[in-house]
Order: sequence, then structure tokens, then C-alpha cells
Amino acid sequence: MSAYGSERQRRREGGARDYEGFECVVGLEVHCELLTATKLFCGCKNAFGDEPNTNTCPVCLGLPGSLPVLNGHAVELAMRIGLALNCTVQPSIFHRKNYFYPDMPKDYQISQYDIPINTDGYLDLPSGARVGIVRAHIEEDTGKTTHSGGGGRIHDAMYSLVDYNRAGVPLVEIVSEPDIRSGEQAREYVSELRAVLVAVGASDGRMEEGSLRVDANVSVRRPGEPFGTRCEIKNLNSLRSLGRAVDYETRRQVDLLVSGGAVAQETRHWDEQAGHTVVMRSKEEAEDYRYFPEPDLVPLAPDAAWQERISRAMAPLPAGRRRALLDSVGAEGPAMVERVATVVAQDLDGYVMAAVDAGAPGALALSRAANELAAACAEDASLLDALEPGHFASLVAMEARGDLTATQAKAVLAEMLTSGEPPEAIASRKGFEALDPGSLRRAVEEVVAANSAEWERYKEGEAKMAQFFVGQVMKATRQKADGKAVMALLADLLRGSAGAP
Amino acid sequence: MAKTIEAIVAGVRSGEIDPVALVDQHLKLIEENEPSTNAFITVLADHARQKAGEIASRVAAGDPVGRLAGVPVAVKDNLCLRGAPTTCASRILEHWHPPYDATVLSRLLAEDAIIVGKTNMDEFAMGSSTEHSARGPTHNPRDMTRVPGGSSGGSAAAVAARFAQAALGSDTGGSIRQPAAFCGVVGLKPTYGLVSRYGLVAFASSLDQVGPLAGSVADAALLLEIIAGHDHMDSTSLDAPAPRLAGQAADSAEGLSIGIVRELSDGADPEVKRRLDEAAESLERAGARVESCSIPEVSYALPAYYLLAPAEASSNLARYDGVRYGLRVNAADTPTMNARTRSVGFGAEVKRRIMLGTYALRAGYYDAYYGQAQRVRTLLIRAFDAAYERYDALLSPTAPTTAFRLKERVEDPIAMYLSDVCTIPSNLAGHPAISVPFGTGEAGMPVGVQVMAPALAEAVMVRVATILEQAAP
Repeated sequence: MSAYGSERQRRREGGARDYEGFECVVGLEVHCELLTATKLFCGCKNAFGDEPNTNTCPVCLGLPGSLPVLNGHAVELAMRIGLALNCTVQPSIFHRKNYFYPDMPKDYQISQYDIPINTDGYLDLPSGARVGIVRAHIEEDTGKTTHSGGGGRIHDAMYSLVDYNRAGVPLVEIVSEPDIRSGEQAREYVSELRAVLVAVGASDGRMEEGSLRVDANVSVRRPGEPFGTRCEIKNLNSLRSLGRAVDYETRRQVDLLVSGGAVAQETRHWDEQAGHTVVMRSKEEAEDYRYFPEPDLVPLAPDAAWQERISRAMAPLPAGRRRALLDSVGAEGPAMVERVATVVAQDLDGYVMAAVDAGAPGALALSRAANELAAACAEDASLLDALEPGHFASLVAMEARGDLTATQAKAVLAEMLTSGEPPEAIASRKGFEALDPGSLRRAVEEVVAANSAEWERYKEGEAKMAQFFVGQVMKATRQKADGKAVMALLADLLRGSAGAP
Repeated sequence: MAKTIEAIVAGVRSGEIDPVALVDQHLKLIEENEPSTNAFITVLADHARQKAGEIASRVAAGDPVGRLAGVPVAVKDNLCLRGAPTTCASRILEHWHPPYDATVLSRLLAEDAIIVGKTNMDEFAMGSSTEHSARGPTHNPRDMTRVPGGSSGGSAAAVAARFAQAALGSDTGGSIRQPAAFCGVVGLKPTYGLVSRYGLVAFASSLDQVGPLAGSVADAALLLEIIAGHDHMDSTSLDAPAPRLAGQAADSAEGLSIGIVRELSDGADPEVKRRLDEAAESLERAGARVESCSIPEVSYALPAYYLLAPAEASSNLARYDGVRYGLRVNAADTPTMNARTRSVGFGAEVKRRIMLGTYALRAGYYDAYYGQAQRVRTLLIRAFDAAYERYDALLSPTAPTTAFRLKERVEDPIAMYLSDVCTIPSNLAGHPAISVPFGTGEAGMPVGVQVMAPALAEAVMVRVATILEQAAP
């Protein structure tokens, strides 16, 4: 099993929590940096990691006299997001959100307020839950501030440096309904949303680079009661942080209420190291953003033909691909559903489909993709560049026919990923031909005879010695042996020797 | 009578006029009279001479030169010009040099205009007398004890004092037309969106327009032709071609129907009203049908403007925070640094308007103030539309009075604001309007008559203005 598998295991365990009769209510705000070549309102490059303040111009620096001009590609990506999230895509306008901050060049952010481009959608999660989408609107990103000296914290910093490369990068902010009920479900929502955003070409999905940023609004209540007072949690830089922070915050609020206290509406900061949230600012300190319509931009009214063109060109979404894959392999049950989810999440469904189309058994193809390919992918996604779907199909077919044992198939697959060769060539070079049952039995007997001391220990019930013998047989047969068949033969020999006086 | 731009360019092209000599002539006048006038924040003498020399050599070489070849032009100091400071008459931008040219200046330079200087103004274009300038007030060349009007007072004074053949200003609530009237020159505010705002330092984005000030309607019209037209750098720029205005026949007003807006004339000084009546008579003599008309909604324009313009200004001026450019007054933390910088950097009138605008946009009050003002704006546009079903153009005084004395209104904001009561409606509607000198009033100071027209009807407006110019006493 890959690390991926154990991750899933741990998550399942984390899902069920007892909150003393309370339920947690979560709404998420996800900021998605759009994969455009240029910024939202100027021609500067939209790129992560460049030398600070090299991708700037009078417009994104907010110099006096400069004016914004809307990037059409950003609008197109926003519309794709809206369509993928089943939103109403509508004519919209931009507003200014006014507040002072050094990394915001104009000291206002151009955003959308009461008439956003996308409203009223939903996202269906793999587990079957449906999360409502309030809105998905366009706005510009701010620059990035680094506090220097005094340990990098704002309060004791000697000075601060601002990089405006990010200022004006296009964002879509996706606001969910408060339909999420656990940290686990919050993770599932963001994970699925990320897959959708990547599928429509709007995002690279990299949370660690900040191209996908999540804020969580968390409150608690007894089921059926009105919503409780909510806290907004910031600094959630990974799915792991999100899940932990929601669980922590729920616990904190429940403890407060159970002990007779009340939850205060505030913005809280998640400290990943300490594993808790701390207050950043209270409601009283909340800013009045003095929204008003942005007079430097005209209303955005995408014509029907443009919308139609985008709608037609939409790539298949993860949910649809999962359904298609399940149908294609004819699989059922939670384990299969999970494998299908893994395969689609890693963009491996094309391989499985190719194998099925070539007549290979779907379940086996799915297994090789969900385990070996997914693990390779997690390590280095570029490994898949060398792998042709037709070769993968041949490999699965060879294993299904019994031409290769499971062990051999995995070894061949590993080499296919690096060399790009067809499986037949690799198998023949490695001398992988299936052993006939007679040769295998002889090989096992020889190994047992040559290792009598170990055989005695095995006979006395030291079960782990079986692995030793399998290993020795593998060595003797140059990996041609099927591990399961060796185990069966060992058991057979054991019974035979036990039967002797 | 002074030469027109057309005549100067013809002279430069034929070699009869030496652009270097022409520029020197203007620079000499500046040298002599600028210290008492204070029309400029920056005089670009070296730049102007160099540019004139270039044009002279091109003419000598037989190379083609542009439609403004050798014409000395002054530009308001809220237009960005690469290589020169752009201060907006504010301490907060005292030493700021923009790294780019405003589109209107690129267009002037592309036609070989010679920019002789950046003119004085009310700080960030907020004012009606050019007294709210960090560089001191501009004096009216017609009477140095009086204001030139504002906020483009430096541009109007520069044209009146012959420091430049023409000038560019900006007009948010009358800032081109009112100083033009006070200084006895022509001032034109184009249809909103006809001229690019890229590189115009914003005061109130939905109202600001760049336009010309000149000695004649023809010069103003030619300048507008050159600066107008779509600019992809300004999203609010109309996708309309620049209007053809030059060389229009204006010998007759036959077939034109003109309304005199009662609400904008009734409150004017008697001598201003008398000149307006004379102007109306001259149009009738030229064949127009002229009658008095009522547009009650214009009475609400001033209060609506003083909610909308400050609201936008409060946001537009937020960027002057001491972080990236301009003045910085250091402090222990960023918010204090922002506050100190702005306290020291902005003058009283700018602060007053930022506070008004911030107040108008507060959560919970937006609808009562900003929202209500926007509704007034919509009603005003409808009222104008209805009026323009009956009239080709509307007439009013440009300002209720002639130029007042320096310091007379500077401590009384309401009295100051009222000097824009006739000009503001066109800004709110986004319509073009022009001020034409028409005789003098009290103390021999010039009176301006305003011609207003529907959106993109600059041609009709210029035709009426030309008739008035010819008939002016």
C-alpha cells in the first residue's frame, strides 16, 4: 500500500467525532489564483516565484493616473468555474473594497460585491454530500509582505518588505453555503473543489504555493437549532491544517458553550505547530470596507455566444469521470469507489479505460492504477510521461492471462515507467516466463532441503519464516515464482512432513 | 487678433515661423510675468527649446511634421509626463516623477506640440479658485488681485497671459469651463469617455474628463480632435472615433433650437445675466430659435455632486499612503506612518472632501447618501434627455459671477462650491459643454457663456460656440 492509502485510513478514523450533542457548521471561502498568462487588470506576467517586484507596471503598482483593463481570459476561467459549480453565470459589476494595507497598492481591492459573475451553485462530493455554492466572484490579489528582523513577526519586525509581483493576480473567490459538518468533510470539499478547478484549467491547485487559499467559517449548534455565532479561521495552508483547525475550533466552541460561556464573533489564526487557533481580531475591530461600484470599469456582460462557446469546450469534470470509470470497470463497493476516486484524482483514468477497451479485466487495471501508478505519480508525476496507455493495457492483459505473476507485473510496470518500453520486451529481457507447477514445486523442495535449520523453525510454528522461504524461492527462480503459489506449496509441504512419523 | 493654431502650424510647415523663436517668445513672456502670475508648477524651458529645435530641423530637412508642429502648449499638473514631476499641486506628490506619459500627452507629442510647462491647480483638482495649491495661488492675468478660477486656473491663466497658445485641463465639476470664463478664454469639457483618462491623476473617476483651454473655439476644437478617440488603456473610453470639428461652417444657426436653462441663469449676477441675454439674441439673429426652458432637476446636481465626487475621491486618494512613492512621514508602525503622511501631505480642502466621501460611503449610510446621489444622477440624465428632444443645445452662464478676489471665498467652502453650480450638471450627465467668452461684467472682468449639448454632439456645440464667439462684444 502507498502512503496515500494510509492517509485515507487515518482520515476515515478522524471523521467520526462526538461533540456532546453539538454539530459543527462550516462554510468555506476558497481563493483560487487563476492560471492566466497575465494579471487581472494589466499585461504583467502572472507567475509564482519570480524575483520580487519584477512583474510590475504603473497599473498593478497603482501609480497615480493608471487605470485597470479587465483580462478576458480571467473572465473566461471564472465562467468555466461557475459552469463547473452549477452556478448561474450572470452579467456582473465590479466594486471597490476600501481598506489601508501596504501590500495593496491602491489601498482598495477591485472585487465583486452584490452582483458577482457566478451565483447559486453546488458541488457534489464523492461521498454523496452536496455543498451549496453562494457565489464565485472575480477579484484581484494583493502583494506579499515579508516582515524582517525580530523573528519575522509583524509586531517586533524591524522593517517589512513588499513584493508586488502578486498584486493584481486574478482570483476567483468561491464561497460555500454553511453545508459542511466536519473537518473531514471540509477536506473532502476542498479536495473535490481543487480537482474541479484543475480540471477546468483554472488553477494549478497548489495549496502550498498559495494558489489555492482557504478560510473557514466555523460555528456549532444543536442539530435543528439556528446557526451559532461563527469564527473565521485563517492561515489554513494545507488540507491537513484545514481538517485539524475545523476539529479544534469545533471542540473549542463546544467546550465554551458546555461550560456556560459564549462564542465571540472573531477572526482567528490557525497555528499549525501548536495545533490551536488564536484570536486575530474581534468583530468590533472589523473594517468598514465602504464598497461602491468601481467607476474605472464598465459592467461585465458576457454575450450568449461567448458563454455557449465556453460551455461547449468544458473538459469532463471529476464527478463525471468517476462515474464513467465505475461504469467502465463494472466495479461496486466502497473499496472500488475509493480506488476510482484515487485514479481520477491522479488523472490516471485514461490508462484504466484503455486497458478495459483492449479487453483486460477492469478490476485488475483499476488496482494497478490505484496502487502502483498512483504511488509512482505521488513520487514524481512526470514518470507517467513515458507510459503509453496501450503498453499499460498489454501489461494488465499479460498479468490477467497468468503470463506474469503479480510480483513480476509490478516489476515490469516499474521499469515501463522509466524506460517507456512495451511490457513484452521488459518481461522477456528479465526472463519472466511463468514457471510450470512442476518446476515451481521442485524449486521449493530444493530451497527447503538447502535450509533445513530454517525449515525446522518454520515447522515449529515460526510463521515469519514463510517470508524467508518465499524470498529464497524468488531468488532461485529469478523472480519468476508467484508468491501466493509458493505459500501454498510451503503449506502443502508442512502438512506432508507433519503427517510423517 | 492672435494667430490660430492652424495659422501657426502652416507657418511652421512653410518655414515662415521658426519654432525655436516662437517658443523663445513664449518663454520670455513666462520669464517676465510668471513670478506674479504663478500659472506654472514646473516650466519645461529646456525640454521645450529642445523639442522646438528638433521640429525646426525636421522642417529644414523637408520631413513631415504633425498637426500641432511647434505649438506651445501648457498642461495641467495632474497629467503624467515622463521625465517631469507631476505633483497635482500637493505636498504628498512633491517629488514624484511618473514613469509613463498620459495618453493625451502622448497624442499631443505625436503631433509635435511643444509642452512648455505643467500648470498650477487646486490640489488634486479640488477647488474653484486655484488657491488650494501647495505652491500658492495663481493670479488672474486680467486682474492680478482676482482668482483665475479653478481647478485648472493655471492652464486658463497660461492661455490668457499668452504663456502658451493653448492648454489642457481637467474638468470634474467645471474645472475647465469656470476658469476659462474667469480668464476670458475658451474651455471645453468633452463627452465623458471621448478622451482617455489614462495618465490623468484621478479625482472622481466617473466625472473626470480632460479637455482643452484655448484662445479660440477653433483652437479648442482642434486640440479636442487630437486628444479624443478610443484608448485601450481606459475601459471607460468610448469606442467612438474622434469627432471631426475643425473647419466647420458656422455662419448660420438656421434650424437650431436652443433652450436657456432658467434654473442655471436665475441666480446669476445681473451683469452676467445681461451678457447671457445678449448671447441669446445673437443666436436668434443668426437664425436659431431660442427660448427659456426649465429643468428643475439641475437644482439637485450640486448636492448630488458633493456626495459622489468626494466618495470617489476618498477611494482614489487612498493610495497616497507613504508606502511606495511621494511623501513619507516616518512613524513606529505603518498605520501611524500612513496617518502622519496624509496629515502633512494633504491640504485642508482635500482632507475635507476625503472626510465627506468616507462618511458618505459608510456601511448603513451608503443608500441614503451615495445611493441617493446616484438616483439623482439618473433623474438628471433623463431630464436632460427630455430637454434634448426639444433643443439641439442648452445655454447658461458658465458661472454665476465673474472672477472673485483672492481670499474672498477660501474660508467659505459653500460659497466656493456654488461657483460650480452651472457647470456640474454636465459632468453628472456625462455631456459635453463649452465656455465661450462673451463680453465683460463687474469691474471689467470676463463673462463666460456655457453651451451644453447631448452626449457626442460636440459638433453642434462647437457650431453654436463659434457663432457666439463671432458675435461676442
